[in-house]
Amino acid sequence: MLVELGHFALMLALMVALVQGVLPLLGTVSGTHLTWLPHSLRWGWVRLARASTFLQWGLVSFAFFTLEWAFLHNDFSVAYVVEHSNSLLPKPYQFAALWGGHEGSLLLWVFLLGFWSSAVAFFSRSLPLSMVARVLGVMGLISFGFLCFILSTSDPFVRVFPPAMEGRDLNPLLQDPGLVIHPPMLYMGYVGMSVAFAFAIAALLAGRLDAAWARWSRPWTVIAWTFLSLGIGLGSWWAYYELGWGGWWFWDPVENASLMPWLIGTALIHSLMVTEKRGTFKAWTVLLAIASFSLSLLGTFLVRSGVLTSVHAFASDPARGIFILVFLALVVGSSLSLFAWRAPQVAQGGFVNLVSRETFLLTNSILLCVATLAVLLGTLYPLVIDALGQGKLSVGPPYFNLVFAPIMVPLIFIMVPGSLLRWREAKLQDILPYVWAPGLGACVVSVSLCAWMGSWSAGVLGGFWLGAWVALAGVQQMVLRLKRPGRIGGSFWGMQLAHLGLAIVVMGVTGVKSFEVERDVRMGIGDEVQIQAYTFKLIGMQDVKGPNYQAVRARVQVLKNGQEVKTMLPEKRHYYSSAMPMTEAAIDSGFLQDLYVSLGDALQGDTPQWSMRVYYKPFVPWLWVGVLVMVLGGFLAALDRRYRVGYAASNAQGVLSPQTARA
Amino acid sequence: MKRRFFLIPLVFFVGLLIFLGLGLRHDPREIPSPLINQAAPAFDLPTLTSDQRFSPKDYLGRVWIFNVWATWCVACQAEHPVLVAFAKSSGLPIVGLSYKEIQPQDEEKSPLSLEAKLTLARLRSRVWLGRHGDPYQLSVLDLDGKVGIDYGVYGVPETYLIDPQGVIRYKHIGPMSSEILANEVLPLARSLQKGS
Repeated sequence: MLVELGHFALMLALMVALVQGVLPLLGTVSGTHLTWLPHSLRWGWVRLARASTFLQWGLVSFAFFTLEWAFLHNDFSVAYVVEHSNSLLPKPYQFAALWGGHEGSLLLWVFLLGFWSSAVAFFSRSLPLSMVARVLGVMGLISFGFLCFILSTSDPFVRVFPPAMEGRDLNPLLQDPGLVIHPPMLYMGYVGMSVAFAFAIAALLAGRLDAAWARWSRPWTVIAWTFLSLGIGLGSWWAYYELGWGGWWFWDPVENASLMPWLIGTALIHSLMVTEKRGTFKAWTVLLAIASFSLSLLGTFLVRSGVLTSVHAFASDPARGIFILVFLALVVGSSLSLFAWRAPQVAQGGFVNLVSRETFLLTNSILLCVATLAVLLGTLYPLVIDALGQGKLSVGPPYFNLVFAPIMVPLIFIMVPGSLLRWREAKLQDILPYVWAPGLGACVVSVSLCAWMGSWSAGVLGGFWLGAWVALAGVQQMVLRLKRPGRIGGSFWGMQLAHLGLAIVVMGVTGVKSFEVERDVRMGIGDEVQIQAYTFKLIGMQDVKGPNYQAVRARVQVLKNGQEVKTMLPEKRHYYSSAMPMTEAAIDSGFLQDLYVSLGDALQGDTPQWSMRVYYKPFVPWLWVGVLVMVLGGFLAALDRRYRVGYAASNAQGVLSPQTARA
Repeated sequence: MKRRFFLIPLVFFVGLLIFLGLGLRHDPREIPSPLINQAAPAFDLPTLTSDQRFSPKDYLGRVWIFNVWATWCVACQAEHPVLVAFAKSSGLPIVGLSYKEIQPQDEEKSPLSLEAKLTLARLRSRVWLGRHGDPYQLSVLDLDGKVGIDYGVYGVPETYLIDPQGVIRYKHIGPMSSEILANEVLPLARSLQKGS
């Protein structure tokens, strides 16, 4: 019964989303159109925006939690629960199983969209009501599209009769703490980009692309970007310890789908800054805002339609694919048309000097866009080739590594001058006193790291140098800023930390790519394998029983220079519900390196032997630390007091401005 | 002039849409198996019902369907009625491959001897077929999954069509539907039968 109520609530939410998407937008149409409508009526429509947003989110939340209730109570009369849960499944995984499949993931999407819309509705007291109405209207239309999609092709509330005795269980790959948090974080990022998008569309509709618009968009974009960073980082971390291959980034289409909005989102954050401070790059910023959300939608399309095969593509249904494609065409097509129509009128570009912060930020934007295009090309190339009937192929890491690195190198290099140079007009000589120290320091750091690892190459030296260059320059700027008086805003710390985090990631990537040692060996009890200073000795095997699986666990003793330092326990799990055995790698994380052991199959032979992967992975912890520092920076920047002080309302214009002046 | 500049993103996007649309018509699950048009890998396995053994060469000269299944496989249960109906209506011989019937949890308490595994697998499979209907001419037991590896089994169920020369002509991953059987498998099988 509760499930039916949830289903019904979702249908009601669809109706409310339609109201939220249409009436407030109509209400804000400028005075020369729709004059036959009484002003009071349109004013009422505009005021509907907030109420309908809250109502819609309430209804979607109710639907969401009734489905959660069905999962937690093992209601195997619901088809979706049967397919993705099991009574033996531990409770946290039963809860997370809701987003373990296609239908539930979409419900999570709409739920988070409702959350973001409500957040905008709640934290927009300083905005003119007409702007709020437009933003929420655009978000309502997006929500309407997704709700149509769920109810017409991907309904998670369908019952089965007779009820199943037991569920088929969640895919063992997804039974992991990482899955409990990775998709919600990633979706928070994806969906959060819709706020920047809605602001951009609202600004185009209103015909005002100005500093106020950029200032409103900035915190929302930064916070969405932060969640996206966290989601990508968690996904990478999950792949690293759960898939058992020891890799942390595979250039899988789904990973690319999340990386592209992140790259464009990064460009957008920087471009918004220029638009706010200098009033230039307006059209470019709007385009980036449209692109970042379009790429989020494209990511959803690629994953959910199953156009590209991937570990993640658990849904392959042409009807769904066509729906998403049409939806994508409508949303992105109409916004780009609006862009082509309105942007030339409202965006007057300003003059930019060659040497100025603006130029460096524009270069940053362009490099990030080029990187995104390179990733997009690599991701879609197999699809294009297939569509042209030229057969099936896949584009692998060699392409991406080859193309991505040369774009990243100049991008990371200019982070330092870009953050030092003054706006408008600057001289390169001015920043010289601030760059020689980090430059030299970075040389020392990279040489000593290489000496310590005992291996040299231009690539490694260069990678370490770049990371250290950004990190040291950041530290220097922070120290200098602390010496000067005055309150330091969250956005300063946010920017410095985000840059520092990226620097740590860059050094981590350089280190792990250059110094990792991977050995695939066969080992019997008592056998040893030596990697660098470490000796791995297999000392025993035992059977272990988990709640819904049973496993073989190896005991591997790790010795460093003859001294025992650690016992590692990799497992091979057989889940009762699945034929596929799962690898649980044992990872020993230190400050500078990971030791990684994963257990393979038992091998036939006279004495029992197992295939084992024994990896020495230096610098891997740096990746996770770097991402966390970036995320911390993102939160600090988004929470800057400046954004909460309501001076945005002062330059309110538009059709309903008389009434909104008090807001 | 300047206005045209602002149209570039839209044009780019329309181009992208066209390719995405074309891409939708292709089934990504349709992994071109390297085994298509290759001789079916040979094996010699015990059957479910008796001590007889079966090898693909026994069926040379016939068009037959090779279906990988297991009693623990939930998707097989969904597929099963389709196979039963198809076996009756088409008259094509279907050979089952009972894939890794003995799962690790069966050996939880104590390891089973090969003889015990065989007995248990036969017992369980027969009961299961008795309950759900038996579409198979015969079913062979692939206890250690080695034949599955030779056939590149991704997941159970999978279905192959093998021609009179013992060559694999078609492969389907995942549960069969009656539409696929009627629209793809049967026409192909009939044309192969005529050709022989």
